[in-house]
Amino acid sequence: MEATTATTIEGTTWKGGNDKPLGASYGKMMMWFFILSDALTFSGFLAAYGLTRFKFIDTWPIADKVFTHIPFIHGNFPMIYVAFMTFVLIFSSVTMVLAVDAGHQMKKNKVAWYMLATIIGGIIFVGSQAWEWKTFIKGSYGAVQMNDGKILQFVDATGHQVTLESFAKAGHHERAQHQAKNGVWFVKEAALPAVTVSDVLAGFKANPALRVQTEKIDAAAKEKEILSREESLKYLAHSKAIVKGANLEVNEYGKTLFADYFFFITGFHGFHVFSGIVFNIIIFFNVIIGTYEKRGSYEMVEKVGLYWHFVDLVWVFVFTFFYLV
Amino acid sequence: MAQHQAHTSHTGLIWKVFGFLSIITIVEVILGILKPAALHLSSFLGTSPLNWIFLILTLVKAYGITWYFMHMKEEKASLRRAVVWTAVFLICYLATLLLIEGSYLNDVLSSTVQWKF
Repeated sequence: MEATTATTIEGTTWKGGNDKPLGASYGKMMMWFFILSDALTFSGFLAAYGLTRFKFIDTWPIADKVFTHIPFIHGNFPMIYVAFMTFVLIFSSVTMVLAVDAGHQMKKNKVAWYMLATIIGGIIFVGSQAWEWKTFIKGSYGAVQMNDGKILQFVDATGHQVTLESFAKAGHHERAQHQAKNGVWFVKEAALPAVTVSDVLAGFKANPALRVQTEKIDAAAKEKEILSREESLKYLAHSKAIVKGANLEVNEYGKTLFADYFFFITGFHGFHVFSGIVFNIIIFFNVIIGTYEKRGSYEMVEKVGLYWHFVDLVWVFVFTFFYLV
Repeated sequence: MAQHQAHTSHTGLIWKVFGFLSIITIVEVILGILKPAALHLSSFLGTSPLNWIFLILTLVKAYGITWYFMHMKEEKASLRRAVVWTAVFLICYLATLLLIEGSYLNDVLSSTVQWKF
């Protein structure tokens, strides 16, 4: 028996108890149970996403038609950028586990360098996520919303989506943005869209190659249904508003709930990454000033490492359920 | 402390696991872009074989991260089971119930959505 003295905290409880039933120190065990509870929280979110998706299984947006952009280059690149983000996170997990490994060998400098690499990887990931959000909010082609909320997109003769601006016919606009100087009864109004519903309708009628694509998924081909020319015009007669991009109220790619879940789940994950970076920075400075060298153990690096790997683990599932399946 | 000096370096294993996870991710992305019709448009046990492949590869990746990066492999069986079995059981339970419920909602509601204009 090593701990028969009265130094209970250091000797027994903090180190995992006399019998060491779980074989781990108090801090590490609690980190595991925190991760377990956090995993259940994320499962709750993803399962709720699954419920909503199954509820609207015949109209849900198709992810690789939504996330098709990469920075600086125009074109259609589904999945490439999110795959890059996945690699960044997996690689930062590798540098983290290398830091833990160096800590086991009490190599202070190596731990510090690997921690720094992990922090940089995390910052690149969060930055990429911010860019992904920005792109999603800005939108790509624009769409028309019907009176009952359904989204109508526009495709050319080859079935490729086209932007509203590419065919809309600018008409005479009566409507000006409402501004504070125009009245006492000021109600804030967002900037008016560059094109109006009537512009789009006029442009559509003038361009016989165009068709409307609805939210409905053709079950056999697993593609969004494209209407005939006559049907398109019938649908367009019920147009209400122009939609550009996605937010919590409206989504040019289809169901608004898709955008809501996207912002909520990737936002919650991004917040985890952010707090992981903060923890890593704190531990990084502790390593540099020699706290763990004096303590004789780099277990704190291991504990934040567990959290960091967990963030990576969650991303693996978010990646699958948001982008792949 | 003596036990820490006794630790050997695992860097070789770490890089191997990284290679393994990368290959799985690359396979997932390639399948996700190509979506081979034979896997994507057919149905197997309620969903497409492609979705099953994605799901299984994801679980393999989760295993790799938990066992080798989080060192679950080296933890005592009691800690490992307390964490892993609890999570696996509760997540399966929750996902099953919610997905069944989602399908039911679709059965009930989808016929009420108007698609004729």
